[in-house]
Formats: sequence, structure tokens, C-alpha cells
Amino acid sequence: MTFKSVLGVATALTLVAGSAALAETITIATVNNGDMIRMQGYTDDFTAKTGHTVEWVTLEENVLRQRVTTDISTKGGAFDIMTIGMYETPIWGSNGWLVALDDLSADYDAGDILPAMAGGLSHDGTLYAAPFYGESSMVMYRTDLMEKAGLEMPAAPSWSFIAKAAREMTDRDNGINGICLRGKAGWGEGGAFITAMSNSFGARWFDEDWNAQFDTREWSDTLNFFVNMMSDSGPAGYATNGFNENLSLFQQGKCGMWIDATVAASFVTNPNDSTVADKVGFALAPDNGMGVRSNWLWAWALAIPAGTQKEAAAKQFIEWATSKDYIELVAANEGWANVPPGARTSLYENANYKDVPFAQMTLDSILSADPTNSTVDPSPYVGIQFAAIPEFAGIATEVSQEFSAVYAGQQSVEDALAKAQALTNDAMEAAGYR
Amino acid sequence: MARAVSNRRRAINTALAWAVGLLIFFPILWTILTSFKTEGQAIADPPVFLFFDWTLENYAIVQERSNYMRFLMNSIIIAGGSTLLGIIVGVPAAWSMAFVPSRRTKDILMWMLSTKMLPAVGVLYPIYLLFIQLGLLDSRLGLVIVLMLINLPIIIWMLYTYFKEIPGEILEAARMDGASLGKEILYILTPMAIPGIASTILLNIILAWNEAFWTLNLTAAKAGPLTAFIASYSSPEGLFYAKLSAASTMAIAPILILGWFSQKQLVRGLTFGAVK
Amino acid sequence: MATQHSRSAARLMMAPAVILLLGWMLVPLSMTLYFSFKKYLPMRGGDLGWVGFDNYTRFVTSSSFWPSISATLTILGGVLAITVVLGVLLAILLDQPMWGQGVVRILVIAPFFVMPTVSALVWKNMFMDPNYGLLAYLWRFFGAEPVQWMSQASLPSIIMIVSWQWLPFSTLILLTAIQSLDSEQLEASEMDGAPILKRFWYIILPHLSRAITVVILIQTIFLLSIFAEIFVTTGGAFGTKTLSYLIFQRVLESQNVGLGSAGGVYAIILANIVAIFLMRIVGKNLDN
Repeated sequence: MTFKSVLGVATALTLVAGSAALAETITIATVNNGDMIRMQGYTDDFTAKTGHTVEWVTLEENVLRQRVTTDISTKGGAFDIMTIGMYETPIWGSNGWLVALDDLSADYDAGDILPAMAGGLSHDGTLYAAPFYGESSMVMYRTDLMEKAGLEMPAAPSWSFIAKAAREMTDRDNGINGICLRGKAGWGEGGAFITAMSNSFGARWFDEDWNAQFDTREWSDTLNFFVNMMSDSGPAGYATNGFNENLSLFQQGKCGMWIDATVAASFVTNPNDSTVADKVGFALAPDNGMGVRSNWLWAWALAIPAGTQKEAAAKQFIEWATSKDYIELVAANEGWANVPPGARTSLYENANYKDVPFAQMTLDSILSADPTNSTVDPSPYVGIQFAAIPEFAGIATEVSQEFSAVYAGQQSVEDALAKAQALTNDAMEAAGYR
Repeated sequence: MARAVSNRRRAINTALAWAVGLLIFFPILWTILTSFKTEGQAIADPPVFLFFDWTLENYAIVQERSNYMRFLMNSIIIAGGSTLLGIIVGVPAAWSMAFVPSRRTKDILMWMLSTKMLPAVGVLYPIYLLFIQLGLLDSRLGLVIVLMLINLPIIIWMLYTYFKEIPGEILEAARMDGASLGKEILYILTPMAIPGIASTILLNIILAWNEAFWTLNLTAAKAGPLTAFIASYSSPEGLFYAKLSAASTMAIAPILILGWFSQKQLVRGLTFGAVK
Repeated sequence: MATQHSRSAARLMMAPAVILLLGWMLVPLSMTLYFSFKKYLPMRGGDLGWVGFDNYTRFVTSSSFWPSISATLTILGGVLAITVVLGVLLAILLDQPMWGQGVVRILVIAPFFVMPTVSALVWKNMFMDPNYGLLAYLWRFFGAEPVQWMSQASLPSIIMIVSWQWLPFSTLILLTAIQSLDSEQLEASEMDGAPILKRFWYIILPHLSRAITVVILIQTIFLLSIFAEIFVTTGGAFGTKTLSYLIFQRVLESQNVGLGSAGGVYAIILANIVAIFLMRIVGKNLDN
């Protein structure tokens, strides 16, 4: 740990030298993802460079959302930086709740942020949150099982191919499920997956007058296809599987394919955690021949709530955490495969990063996602696996609970869609859309 | 008390009671054991009980990630402070209800208990706004006050039922002797009430320690107790049973140890007037 | 006899507690009432004006309302039944002469010290997980298909977790009550050769009625607003959305404070109905 001791010395020196400058303590609310926890370990580097110290509030995703949303909407001021996603940023930005990030330093090079990410984290062309890492979704598959089944994965598969491959790979006696997908209730879990998938089937959440669309054939096709595929080739009890559950199933070699966040690629190819690290291939998320693929777009980003007393220090932190230097710092200590992906163009131009097996497919997936034009038929909302309106999180969580009840065999597809239709229209009415 | 029982019957009782006791305790034991395993051993098939390579690495990881001591201190201050404050407010109220009862005493007692039935989630916004106004957000003082108010009805009720068991004649006699109210409480009541007060304190420390809604929603970095600590371990990426177990063990160990050491006191006063 | 002087002293001593609790009740209550008649959407600019009883009608006409009442009462009833029945049996068992009584008692009361969040996490992941949970291993060991606890047996699972937490409490109170039972009376009946069941039914159970009432009363107060266990395990899916979880969903997930506040008022009404119901029984049992 020579690096850490160097850091320690550097910290001490800076503290002595910079004691005249205003050193502040900023409070940051963040999610307990691996990349975020890694960042906490490097906080000393930030303190050494600026003299500011950091207090972390690390929470599980659902608790974090509940916590920061309450605080921002009441202007509580408990945090100087909040970790939020692509869903919250445009809504909060338009409410004037976030500090615009339009005066970041030249060194920081805001123009280097991937345009898809910058677009999703802006409102009216102003950036309100800086992406720490970004993701799309793609197919991760077992090359050995694919070969055994005598199939070859195209770079851009269709849903019918995926369903067929899943059936062929399934070997339940040996604990291998052809495909693992999210079925867990929650708008950011199963809700996100089925919404992104429905886009490729030509479905949408709302028509242009904000009427719910669950009574359409497209939604019924989506849900039936999903349920049939999962009962043929999915793991038992997939109704409660989310990102984390599927990750460990895949790492333990129990899935032939997994369609999920591109950031998972570095976990499934990491030999320390994954038993199948050297047998993983990647492909674009499937489509259904309708011109829209089923991949989503998401970023975990750092934003500053308006009204904080420590805006300058908070901005310094954001510039540090989402900078090119931070990526270099992580790369130098833990290798290129572990740097936060999906945020900066320069990362994908870096010769070292090109050797990482999933780099190109991640970039292709991100580039093929378009939040402003996510559905086959026109829709009034922005967002792929969500609709960027304040009511969506609540509605989509309830809808996905109805869907999960289908996955658990507790109600029929038709019943779930009818309930989803009714509760969505009811909530939209309450919010004054209809 | 001592009932003459054959050794055979005693043995059957013992076996049965131990079996049930171990069954009830098993989830906690399993958590503690898992906290010393590697992540791989934690999900091993078949499960391993004792014969694995005991490791402290999970505790090291948890310690490196979160400042456990600060969460622990906050838990101690918040649970202890709210209980102390509750006792200061509750003892006089319970005393007067027990020894100077009026027709409305029962109603007041029931009304106090009913304030506990307000669903906390329904008033999160009002309380949050209030806390901002009063500058109590993310402060231990704020949590001490809220938890004191939440548990006050239980405190008063426990003390009331306990005080009621103290025979009133003793007080009458003291009054005849011309003892003042203060002396009456200090020299006569207090010694008799100590078991009741002790178990009230214990029960309320437990309730305050385990309260997970307000302690999570009204804190940020400064005042967060162990309930906030555990909220960062509930579903990270990849395998996490061993780390979750280590964090869980660290969160419950202090109160478990306190509870075990003081279980006699706890049991002695924990009657809620259930025994006549 | 209490004099005028001690009466007013008593009133003075009760004042702080009564004033504090009155404030703790009235301030949130009046704010909840205020919000419940408003269209209040924090994400859309906050206060959007008065809407009369709209929130109240919308809350009850939602398809989730009646299921949430039924889930609340099912959990309440289930946990009460389990903790009272098992609590009585366990208390009788622990009252028997045995070796190591103190240690057994420690083992039995331990779950009471575990935070609800922790116990829900441990049960959900390490026991009820269909792939890696200990119960799944057990099922597979006996050649059975592991149960998908959180989806296919969601309500029973939650009832089981909560019962595990509260069983120590009921056992302790019932044990204290049993120990106060006149042992001579019991022995006499034993001599008479009264069968065990008869002794239980005519002597032990009546003696415990008061303690059982207390257990029911205290647990009801805590169980009506149960939240953490559901938040951690199912997130309200698979029919486990209780009334307080529904309010959480309206206020925090849907960001509709007005609607959620109307729900809060309903929850208070439900709590009071249960309270009156309880007080009828408890009042009778506690007075004598």
C-alpha cells in the first residue's frame, strides 16, 4: 500500500500548506454500488488536492431515493451533493432545485462527456448533474454454452433468436437456465427492463394525450413473450430477481444469457468474483424488427442542490470525481477494467481501454440509445426505460408489482394489464394530466 | 415454589426447552457464524456450520467502509438520551396517575397509547418541514426528542402499572409522619420503584435502538445511528451475505449484550400490569 | 385520602407529559388534515390549492385500498395468533423445572433485541432466498422443490418474520404471569388427578387472560404501523401492501402529499376503530 502512504503524506502537507485557504466539509449522499464505494476509498486524494473533507452518507438505492427526494422537495439542505440518476435530473433541474453545472473549469472538459449522457442529465440544454458512470443494457452470454448448443450469437440479435437460444441452452438438471432477466417489482428493477423491452415490441407508456396504453396489443405481446420465454428457460422464482440476484446467478454459472446493465460486464468478467469470467461474450440488446432496440440508458450522476452554502467546494468535488484524472487514478491502481465506464468519450478513445473486452459493445449500446425518440409510435415523454415525469416512479412501481404477480403465477397477463391501465390513468388524473 | 419433580421429567423438560430455545436463537447464531466466513463459504452447498476457515476480513471491510464508532456513539446517545428524557417526564406523570387517580386517569392513559398509532409515514413531510424550521435536521437532539415522544406513552404506562403495585398504605403512613411530597418520592417510593424504572429504561433503550424510520429519515452524516449504518449494506452488487452478516452482527451486538446482562432486571419489571 | 393540595400537585406533575404528547399529536395531525384537503405535489411546485374531499375519495376508490386494509389486518391477526398461542406454550415450558433455565431464557428473548431491518434482511436473504437460503437447502435435502417464499408465500413469510421478533415479548410477559400463579392451587389440582388439558383450560388460561390482553394491546399498537419489514422484503409486491405502506407509496414514491395525507387520516381512523375495540376488552380486563 505505498500509494496510500504517499497519499497520506500529501494530505498532511496540503493541510499544513493550505490551512489558510477555506477548508470545508461537504456532505454527500450516495448509493452503495461498487464504483461509488471505490470512490469513497479515494477521498483522501481529493482532500489532498483541495483541503476539503468529505462526509459520506451511503445508502441502499431505495432508501437513498426516499431520502434525497424528501430533502430536495422540502429544501432541507441536509446534503451538499446528491447522487441521482437520469430520471430525477431533468425534473429537478426544471424545478430550479439544482445548481447548473455550466461553469465547470476548462481542464474538466465538459465537452468530453458522452453526448447521450450529457443530454439525459440536462434540462433545456443546461447540464445539472455530472455523470459518474453511465450504462446502457446489452446481452451477456456464455460462449461455451452457445457453442454446445451449436448456435452463434449475432452482434445484433432479435428476440426470437434469443428465445430460441435460451430454450436450447437450458439444462435444468444441471442447474443451467437459458436466460436470466429481471422480474423484481420496482420501477428501477423489473419495471425498467420490461419498459425497455416493450419499446422494441412497439409499445409505449402513454399516447400523445397522456392516455395509458396498457390495453394495446403491443403490451400484451411484450408481456406474453416475456412470460413464455421465462417459464421455458428462466430460473425458478425469477419474480423476485433483480440486478443483484441475476448477477450472482450468472457469476455462479447458472445462466446462459443475461440481458442487463453494461456495467455488469466488468463484474462477470472479473475472475475474483465470477466462475465464468473467461467464457462471456457480448451482443447488442435484442430488437423485434421494428427499428427500436430494447437497450436502455442510465447514468448515476452527482448534482448540487440549490441553496447549499458550500457550492464552490461541492463543484470542486464533482470536477474531481468525474474527471479524466480520476479515471487515470483508478486505472493506475486497479486496472482499466475497473474504471467507471460510460461517462466520457475520451475513455473509449484510450488505447489501453480498447483492450477491455466489453468496451466497444458498451459504447455501441450507449450510442444506439436515444431517450428523446425511444418508442416506435410517437410518445409525449423523454426517457427509454422510464418517462421523465414526476409521477412515473410511483406509477411504474405499482405497475411492475402487478407484473411481478404475473411472473409469480398469481394472476393472468390480461388481469395485470387491465389493473395497470386503470391505476396509471387514475394517477395521471390525480396529477392533472387528463 | 420448588415442586418436587423426577429427574426424568426434568430431563425431558430440559431437552425440549433447549431445542426450542436453540431453534429460536438459530437465525442470530447463523448470522454471527456467517460473518466469519468468506463470501464463497457463505453460500456453500451444503452449508458449512463450524468447520470453515474463520476469517475477520468482513469486519475489516465493513470497518474500512464506514465509520462504525460514530454510528455506535450516535445510537448510544440517541437511545440513552431519549430514554433519560422520557423517564424525567414520565415518572412524575405516572406517579400522579398511580397515587392520585381521578376518574379520567384511565382515559388519559388510553389516549396516550393511542398517539402511538399514528402512522409515521403519513406525517413524514410535516415533521420534516418542522425540523427544517427548528434547525433540528440531522441533529442528535432532534432524534432524542422525537424518540422520547414516540416512546413516552409506553414509558408512562409501564411505570404506572408498576407504581400501582406499590401499596398506598405506606404512603399514608409517611404522610402522617409529616413527610413532604419530595421526601415521600425520594425516600419511600424510589427504592420500591427501582426495579420497575430499571426495566422501563431497558425496554425503552431497546425500542429506541431499533427504531428505523425516523432515525433514517431525519439524519444525514452527523446524527445517523446504526439503523443508518445497516442501510448501506442491504443490497450491494455481487455476493454479500458475509458482509451483511458482519454489519448486522455489529449493529445488534451492543444491544444484545446489554439485553443479556440485564435480562433479570428487564423481566422483573416487564409486567405491564399483566400480573395482579 | 388525596387532598386538594396533592390533587393540584399531581396535575402539575402530569402537565409536562400531557402537553408534550398533546403537541406531538396535534401538530402532525393538524398538518396532515391541512394537507389532506390540498392538492400538494412537491414535484410540481408544491401547494396547488384546495380540493375539498377529492383526495379522500381518490384514496378509497383506488384498487389498492381494500387489499391494503385486508393485508394490514391479516398481518396483525396472524402475528397475534402465533405469538399468543406459541407464547403461552413457551411460557408454560419455560416455567417447568429444568437445567439451564437462565440460558434458555436468554436464547428465547434474543430476537427481541434485533432491529426489524436486520431481522428482515437476514430472513429474506439467508433463510428465504430460493437459491442460497438455508431453507432452500433444507427443502432440497429432503428432495422437495424450494419454496419461493417472498413471492408465493409473501404474507405468511412476513407474518413469520414479525412473529419471530415479537414472540420473545409475549413469552416474557406470559411467563411473568404464570410464575405468579399460585403453585399450591396447581399442585392441588395435580393431586386431584385433573388431566393436563383440564388444568390448562380451567386454571392456567383464565389466570393468563389479563396478560394475554396486555400482549394483544401492546403488539397491536406496534403492528398496525409495521413498515420496515415490508420495505426490506417485498417492497409492497405480492399482496403485502399494508395501509401504512400504501401511504408511503402515495407520499414518497408518487410524490402526492395531499393524497398520502388523506390516507394518513384513514389510518388514524382505522387505528381508532381498533383502539376502541381493544379498549372494550382491555378496559374490562384491566379494571378489575
